[in-house]
Amino acid sequence: MVGLLDLVQKTMTTPHPLDRYLELVRPTLTRRSMRAEITHVRRSAVGSVTLTLKPARQWSGHVAGQYVQIGVVIDGVRHTRCYSPVNAEGRRDRHIELTIKAHPHGLVSNHLHDNAIPGMVVDLEPAAGVFHLPASRPESVVLISGGSGITPVLSMLRTLANESYRGRILFLHYNRSPEFVAHREELEAIAMQHSNVRVEFRYPETQRDAGFGYDELEALAPWFADAQTYLCGPPGLMAAVRTVYEAEQLGPRLHSEEFTLTTAVVDPADAEGKVTFSGSGVVAENTGESLLEQAEAAGLTPEYGCRMGICFSCTAVKRSGCTRNLRTGELDSDPDQQIQICISAPVGDVDIAL
Amino acid sequence: MAILTETPEGPLVLSVEQVEEIGRELDALRARVTADLGDRDREYIYRVIKAQRGLEIAGRGLLYLGFLPPFWLAGVAALSVSKILDNMEIGHNVMHGQWDWMREPTLNSRVFEWDTVCPADQWRHSHNYMHHTYTNILDMDRDIGYGILRVDEAQPWNPLRLGNPLYAFMLMVAFEWGVMGHDLEVENIVRGKKSWADVKTLLKGQSRKAGRQVLKDYVVFPALTGPLFLSTLAANFTANIVRNLWTFSIIFCGHFPSGVQTFTKEECAEETQGEWYVRQMLGSANIQGSKLFHVMSGNLSHQIEHHLFPDLPANRYPEMAPEVRALCEKHGLPYNTGGFAKQIGSVWGKLFKLALPPFLVKNSGEAGVIVMRQGQASEVGV
Ligand code: FES
Repeated sequence: MVGLLDLVQKTMTTPHPLDRYLELVRPTLTRRSMRAEITHVRRSAVGSVTLTLKPARQWSGHVAGQYVQIGVVIDGVRHTRCYSPVNAEGRRDRHIELTIKAHPHGLVSNHLHDNAIPGMVVDLEPAAGVFHLPASRPESVVLISGGSGITPVLSMLRTLANESYRGRILFLHYNRSPEFVAHREELEAIAMQHSNVRVEFRYPETQRDAGFGYDELEALAPWFADAQTYLCGPPGLMAAVRTVYEAEQLGPRLHSEEFTLTTAVVDPADAEGKVTFSGSGVVAENTGESLLEQAEAAGLTPEYGCRMGICFSCTAVKRSGCTRNLRTGELDSDPDQQIQICISAPVGDVDIAL
Repeated sequence: MAILTETPEGPLVLSVEQVEEIGRELDALRARVTADLGDRDREYIYRVIKAQRGLEIAGRGLLYLGFLPPFWLAGVAALSVSKILDNMEIGHNVMHGQWDWMREPTLNSRVFEWDTVCPADQWRHSHNYMHHTYTNILDMDRDIGYGILRVDEAQPWNPLRLGNPLYAFMLMVAFEWGVMGHDLEVENIVRGKKSWADVKTLLKGQSRKAGRQVLKDYVVFPALTGPLFLSTLAANFTANIVRNLWTFSIIFCGHFPSGVQTFTKEECAEETQGEWYVRQMLGSANIQGSKLFHVMSGNLSHQIEHHLFPDLPANRYPEMAPEVRALCEKHGLPYNTGGFAKQIGSVWGKLFKLALPPFLVKNSGEAGVIVMRQGQASEVGV
């Protein structure tokens, strides 16, 4: 099949890949690029939306805890973001469920929260990520999450519950208040049905609950030292949990996933920070000049042409950080974007693949 | 001396302040359009792509009935239009980075390939960089005559130039192959300025790309129509030629009609953004026509706007044109435009005229526009 596809592309549709024809018939018909159709939209918890996606036939499923990247078009521009499916792994109808919380600066999450409707088609990348349950299940499991960090661990809990897992599970979740917790009722139901599962919610902002600490963990799961712990949440929570586990010398049993907040908008005049040219391993102080000039000053020789933003010879991939377009003043803080380095200046720390 | 822009009252002198103001106004225009880009533009380019792919498939399909002359002709027409759209409104513009802002991996200037024998990466170098940065600067912009033609009086005459119209005709018929060879700079190899080793990788890329194109149009699709092999082969060949004639004509109308100004290296040293803009306007020419005509020319009928803003989506040029024109009028600058017949006629007129030795033809004379430079107020355009 793949051989045939290649043959057609090399001889009949060249120079355009076959997908560029197929997608005009139906966006989900493509063979190389994968797409998914939104089939259900549910807005349950405050500020969150739960989408059910029906992926095209290439979808090979996810392992509980992994994430997928989806792409949506907003104002003509395609944006991609990563989300962890919240459903259990090995779902028989091959659908994916995503719970997305609308963040104040979250372009994509806000857009989906406000505009997602059944029938909408999004780009989908295969599931990826090493933050997931091992194939041979651990003896007991602690799942700790904060805010929208709930999604990968929810998938883990649901998977274990589906499998009638026998070991002990503690599911500990931090949030602002009960109405912000997506899938709260389902979580409570799981705890009711499975005597080995303990589900606990903490609301440090509204109740007088303290944040995470050793005593709390010890009280809820005195057996935690024998468990494998999976952690996903905002930086404060991550640090607190890490401190406890390191003090207990349980570092290797703690598995965590960075919970990426949308980069805050930065002051354009800010010429601080470091510019990392990750392709060549060079790090330099940000001088506020264009990235091309800074790269050259650091001894690199990136490709360029016009040096004035018209020829696109200098395009390079910005891995992370915020850059300012010197011509339009526009700021861009999306990761993994192609930028023209002759007319882009770093704002704060920037990592560029040069 | 170059053929220069003429204004009724003799040469026009632009002051440093005027040039700066022009620069500011064009920057502002650019910013307004950039801020407004969105769904409308996206829908536009996908509509064109759909039309192109549809015509391509229709063209290939019609050729199965190619033994009937009307079907053969319709097939050729559909394929020709498809190839023209692919090369001009889609390929040329996508590879300029005009659609990069959509972050659509398939319409990204770095990865896009077009339906012609010239590999995209080589074209991006010779065109996006060399031609668009150094537009109409003699000995810098290789599009001035493409290393074969005499299209400017400043290019020296020699007896070989007598063949000028003939060379142009041959280039027109085989235009895609000419475009392919452009980045090789064959004349520089002949003159010993470039070695064969320099061009080895270029040649490799070309044979790979051209090989696939030839295989598709002259082997696979003809074979797929079985007994109609020769009929389909002829149809595909014709479509490629039609595309060549058209693209050559549109492109030559962009910089070679009379009234277009050329520049020397010295005149353009250390240009400001405003001076760069002025050079782009003086060095380009538009073609008037219907909406369909603009689409079929990849909006290169708005060559002036394209040269000012090569990376802005071409569907915006028609609406930017009146503003650019008004700006020219405000400052007394020429805005070179005319119907297709007038512009292409003027191009061929020049190709014939410049074939002849300079003592036989009247010189076009003085600079139309003189730009006062920052600093020593030196002259541009003389
Ligand atoms: S060097 Fe031409 S766009 Fe940057």
